[in-house]
Formats: sequence, C-alpha cells, structure tokens
Amino acid sequence: MSSKPRIVITGLGLTAPNGNSLGEFRANLLAGKARIAVIDVRHMGKHPAGVCDFDVTKWQKRKEIRNGTRVGSISIFCAREALGDSGLSWEKVDKSRVGVYLGITEHGNVETENEVHNLSQFGNDTKYWTHHHNPRTVANNPAGEVTMNMGITGPHYTIGAACAAGNAGLIQAAQMLQLGEVDIAFAGGVSESIHTFGIFAGFKNQGALGAHEDPTKASRPFDKNRNGIVISEGGAIYVLERLDDALARGARIIAEIAGWCINSDATDAVLPNPERQTECVRMALQRAGMKPQDIQIVSTHATATALGDIQECTALRTVFADCPDTRINNTKSFIGHCMGAAGALELAGNLPSFIDNWVHPTINIDELDPECALPGLVINHPIKVPRVDAILNNSFGMLGINSALIVKKYEVA
Amino acid sequence: MTKDDIKQVVLGIIADIAPDENLTAVKPEVRLRDQLSLDSMDFLDIVMELRKKHGIEVPEADYVQLASLDSCANYLHPKFEAKGK
Repeated sequence: MSSKPRIVITGLGLTAPNGNSLGEFRANLLAGKARIAVIDVRHMGKHPAGVCDFDVTKWQKRKEIRNGTRVGSISIFCAREALGDSGLSWEKVDKSRVGVYLGITEHGNVETENEVHNLSQFGNDTKYWTHHHNPRTVANNPAGEVTMNMGITGPHYTIGAACAAGNAGLIQAAQMLQLGEVDIAFAGGVSESIHTFGIFAGFKNQGALGAHEDPTKASRPFDKNRNGIVISEGGAIYVLERLDDALARGARIIAEIAGWCINSDATDAVLPNPERQTECVRMALQRAGMKPQDIQIVSTHATATALGDIQECTALRTVFADCPDTRINNTKSFIGHCMGAAGALELAGNLPSFIDNWVHPTINIDELDPECALPGLVINHPIKVPRVDAILNNSFGMLGINSALIVKKYEVA
Repeated sequence: MTKDDIKQVVLGIIADIAPDENLTAVKPEVRLRDQLSLDSMDFLDIVMELRKKHGIEVPEADYVQLASLDSCANYLHPKFEAKGK
C-alpha cells in the first residue's frame, strides 16, 4: 500500500460496558475488571449482558433520543467524543468532505420487536404501528443519526458485516480516504443488540449463549468450561485522516492503519473456517509489508463458543508458529461480545500499548482449554513487554466473514 | 370534557413528544409550529397519541385542524363528546 496515502487515527470515542472513555476502559482492562450485568430479556427472563451507562443526554436533545434509536445514541456519543479527542476545529471543517462509516452486525431487530410488542397491546391493528418505524430501522440509521446530530453532509452508511463489522467500518473508511472521497472519516462499529430478544433466543437455541452464576465470569474465551457468548452493547468510533492532512493541522497521531484483509469462508453459516482465517491474517500482513514476527499483540475475536475459539486458535497457531514474542489477548472476557462494536472496541483497548507497553490479558480462565493453549496467550494478568509496534485485530462473523486489521505505532518515515 | 381540558390533553401529548420544549407560555391562538419546534412527524405523533389514549381518529384531511391549541380544541371537542368524555 506504499503508493497510496497513509491513513492515521487521530481521535477516538467509545462506550463499553466497563468504560465510557478510553482511559476508563483501558484502566479496567489492565486491572482485570469485567463488568457484566444481568438483564431481563423479553420472553426469556434474566441473562447476563454487557450494558453501557454513558450519559445519553450529553450530546442529544431528549426529542432526538425519543425519536431515534439506542444505537443512534451510542453512535452520536462515540462520534462526538471522537471529535473532541481529535482536536479538530469543527466549525472550520468542510462538512461535505466528512464521511461516516459504521459497522453493524444487524440493525432493526430492536425497533421491530418493540413495535410488534406494542402492536400486540392494540389487537395487532396496524393503524397503531408507529410512523417512526422506517427511519428507525433503515440500515443506515446509526450513521444517519450521527450526520443529523453533527451537521455532516458528506457520505454516510453502515457496513453490515456480522461480528466482523467493527474492523469493516474502519477498513471502509481507510479505503474512502485513500480514494479521496472524503478528507475526514468517522468510522468504527456500534451495537444495540442487548435490546432484542431474538439475538438471545437465536444464540440460546444454537447452544451458544453464555451463562454463569457470576455474570462477570459468563464470558470466558479459551477456558475449558466456556459455554457461549455474552451479548453486549457498545460502540467505538475513530477519526481517520490521511497522514498528510493530519500532519498539516498538527494533529496528535494515535496510530497508523497498516494493512487489512476481509475474506469469506464460503463453507458454513456459523462454524468458522481456520484455513480462510489463516489466509485472511496472512493477506493483512502481506499488505502491511510485515512478517508475523512484526506483530507484538494479537487481539483475538474468540467469543467463548466451544468450536469457534478452537478454530481461531488453529489459525493463529499456524500463522504465529515461530513468534515467541507475539502476545495474544481477548477483550470479550471483560465486556462480552459487543457484536458490531466488538472489533472496534477491542482494538481501542489495545491502542494504549503503543505508549505504555503493557498487554492486557484475557480473563476468566480457570482451566485453560488445551486446544486453546497458545504460547503467547496473556492469561488473567497483564504483562509488560519491551515494546509494541504493531497490533493485529481479528474480527470474524457469521456467514463466514473474516477480517484482520493491522495498526502500527506512528513513526515518521 | 371542556375545550380547556382538551387543550391540556394536547399539551400533555406535546410534552411527551417534544420534551425539550417550554410549554408554559404557549399561546392558544398561535400556530403551534410558529412557537414550538415541531415537525410533520411530531404532528403524526399527536394523531397517534389521540388514537391510542383516547380512541379518537383524525383523518389526514383534517390534520390542518391541529394547527393551534384553539383549533385543536374546537375540532376535537365534538369528538371527545361523542366518546362520552
């Protein structure tokens, strides 16, 4: 990608179940603090879930909140916080040159379920179906709400990529910046999935819904007794710019997008394919001009399903066989699976490693599954390493979508 | 239900659908759109809430009757009376 413009991260806003800023999020990851609640899921009773507690009214009027969606609020909060973090003089920015690219696992389930429930209270007479249904459920809703809140007139859309969506949003933005379609991109991933019982029921009937008497232990990737996914909401949105533009305005550069790959298994709707995952990671490395040994941290996708974790470990064992200094961690053990936001949030929590050289662990491993016993796995406690120059962020999803994104410490070429 | 009661019903609905608005000084004879930040979706919300909470239908051709509090009261009064309210 040397002939194309270099793309850098210059801002970040997030909300995770255990933090509403990168500082809070990172501190809890290093301290081993999970935060998972127990919520009452419609028709299903109580289940563990990751719930965000950001101040919804910080950036939205109450009418906006009422008419919009939960994921719209998450997106606006993250985008506004990212803008503040970027140091951009917003009033001077040409809003027609700003794009919004948000990854989503799904959208519209929450609003449709709510409206179906509402309709049942009125004898299923559709004259009681809200006129807000369509603007709430169009697939571009989260990104569109951001543009309306911030006055952005450039392109906006969501990228539907199952649980690979967080990476996909960032990749889309980097591509649009390289093409010159926009000058500034707000990109990442968002999710409101804890508010739809259908996602819970689907995973439960698939035998893939995590449970534990202690909700903070319900999400335990790589543990021998793991029993499935803890569904969470959240969001992470980044400000991306071309390096030259960022330097021209004196921006603080958080990291550089080094390489990426998205490919497809073309084999099974839910069971990951380690061969395609291996190819995906290797292609991302090739595009970044890196060898496996150049990666200090691998942020895994592992969701704590019985087979999915093993499949990813198989792929990583293949790619990083000769990399004794590559550390491997997982964020879902702290916050559950934030679905469309997962990849973007999991990358965010690792970015401070470029500065502090700490690698946060994967927690909740009481008995390591031998099939997941990767040599570099950072278990239960953070470790300090000599330096961190590059992070590989894995995010995979249903229908066999794989994404691998590599970010590196910014250095003047 | 008096016309003043109906105005309070409408104001109560507006308070729900436009919670950022200050409704203490709404002038009943002035168009709601001229004194509050209401859009077409908000007026559809008023129609929906009248339907849900009071069983009152406002046909699309009559939406114009909801322009001000006074016109709301004049238009809705016989409908409330027909409902025995």
